[in-house]
Amino acid sequence: MAEWFESVYQVLGRDFSNAGKVSTSIKDTLKRIGISPAVVRRVAIVSYEAEMNLVMYATRGKIVLSVSRDAVTLKVEDEGPGIPDVALAMQEGYSTATPEMREMGFGAGMGLPNIRRNADEFDIRSEVGRGTHLFVRVAHRQDSV
Amino acid sequence: MVAQYHHSLRFDVDRCDGCMSCMRACPTAAVRVRKGRAVKLADRCIDCGECIRVCPRAAIVPLTDQMADLSKFEYKIAIPSPALYAQFDSEVFPSMIFSALKQCGFDDVESVSPACDAVSIATEIFLNEYRGQYPLISPFCPTVVRLLQVKYPELVDQLLPVLAPREISARDAKLRKSRETGIPPERIGAVYITPCPAKIVSILEHPGMEHSNLDAAVSICDLFQTLAAAVSRVQESEHPMDVVESASGLSWAFLGKFPRSVPAENTLSVAGLPNVIRILDDVEKGRLRKYSYIECHACPEGCVGGCLTVENPYLARGKAIKLQQSLPAGCIADRRDVEIAYRKKEFLMTERLASRPLRPLDEDISRAILKMKERDRIHADLPRIDCGACGAPSCRAFAEDVVLGEADRTACVFFWQRDIANRIEQLANLVKAQQEAIGGLS
Repeated sequence: MAEWFESVYQVLGRDFSNAGKVSTSIKDTLKRIGISPAVVRRVAIVSYEAEMNLVMYATRGKIVLSVSRDAVTLKVEDEGPGIPDVALAMQEGYSTATPEMREMGFGAGMGLPNIRRNADEFDIRSEVGRGTHLFVRVAHRQDSV
Repeated sequence: MVAQYHHSLRFDVDRCDGCMSCMRACPTAAVRVRKGRAVKLADRCIDCGECIRVCPRAAIVPLTDQMADLSKFEYKIAIPSPALYAQFDSEVFPSMIFSALKQCGFDDVESVSPACDAVSIATEIFLNEYRGQYPLISPFCPTVVRLLQVKYPELVDQLLPVLAPREISARDAKLRKSRETGIPPERIGAVYITPCPAKIVSILEHPGMEHSNLDAAVSICDLFQTLAAAVSRVQESEHPMDVVESASGLSWAFLGKFPRSVPAENTLSVAGLPNVIRILDDVEKGRLRKYSYIECHACPEGCVGGCLTVENPYLARGKAIKLQQSLPAGCIADRRDVEIAYRKKEFLMTERLASRPLRPLDEDISRAILKMKERDRIHADLPRIDCGACGAPSCRAFAEDVVLGEADRTACVFFWQRDIANRIEQLANLVKAQQEAIGGLS
């Protein structure tokens, strides 16, 4: 049984003053474990985009980081409006961001596509009115991709 | 193997009384207090000098050179940081400061302004031709470079590989003086008049270069008293008027609205380490890709806020802005000359910048994972008020020190109290059990 490390982070929707802190913490943890810089960067991008989606759209949610010998995984689960058309949301440039979000520099429609681009495994499930579950795995050993 | 890095400050154990001011101020958690004395963790220290600012006993000594150390050079050229001018009132022109520097024992003085303007052009050319990851990050502050090498190793490739103006000035001045005087360049000393200790680091081991063109650095605060006295003796008539300064060169000393070296479009400038760290965190998360260039100054307000200056950084900045108004506004470097020199790679670092990330909890990932779990377990058990009494700057840092075997858990007074209380209870139970056993006998 391989060892793994797990850490759970709670995120509140609309909490813009703390937005980004979870992904900073995740990235610092990975560096202390000795995950390679290139992988840390990919996970940093994934966790930041996921965290911002949560802050912008959800009521509340959590990000679960786990690290094993082979891979870093992120499970993001939120309570929120859900995504009516996941395939559409995955398209680059498609965005439902409000003018306020755009004013803050978000809403280029690159969030989910960026997450998928940086993931080795990617899964998204969403239920309108309930929330969205996202799973991302980033391998950190060449032979385990 | 642990590489040894050069540092620009020394902790004086005889002066240190273990007050923890430096430990609390250190932005990279590089200080511990052990046995009542501050200790520096060399691999974490980025030479920012925040500890020098806060130490009430002057126990942190910058390793800048003293004037007496410079006698080994046959010919000495002072290269003042533009921050030096901002220490004086704006009626004191750079030319007067140059004369005063000569009275202080320098054979010649070289202004960095022409090199500042030239480096701005070189940066512009580089940015125009660059096709890698954005944003690029300015490499002129040695503390920022070290911060990236230690804390953001994956961003090191985004450091602009252009040399700082002080390096260009030092190289050009030494060659020119050698031609004029016949003294070989290696016997000429290029001495930076520095606002901070970090420049020492880039002189001892210049990132991306085999060696620095500068040979020594004297701090503004060490020199100030002598220099100010010399300035007051300089007569208007005697100071040479051929000093080349420019308003844009002077702007390198402080945080501007836009980066000093490139057009304002899609660029940012940031000053103060906590702010620089926040910006680099955002770069790492991919948030700032639309910016082409970010200029980072470790000190508040830029070099005028260096810990080895004498004037309040905000006053110094005000004085510099006022002085700028009496200096020529245009660029004093010749664009064609710079382009030719740029093609000859005279403005570029010669080696790839290396990162030097902090050693993880363990070289083996499985063991590092175990240690990380242990760290979190210990941390959850601590009061999490970051009181510092254990000699670590935060409960988290302490938990990590314990896991790494560098601190004992009983150094936490809260843990220790609980530990003692538990032992007393165990002893009491033991006594009770013993009494019952004896009671049973009698």
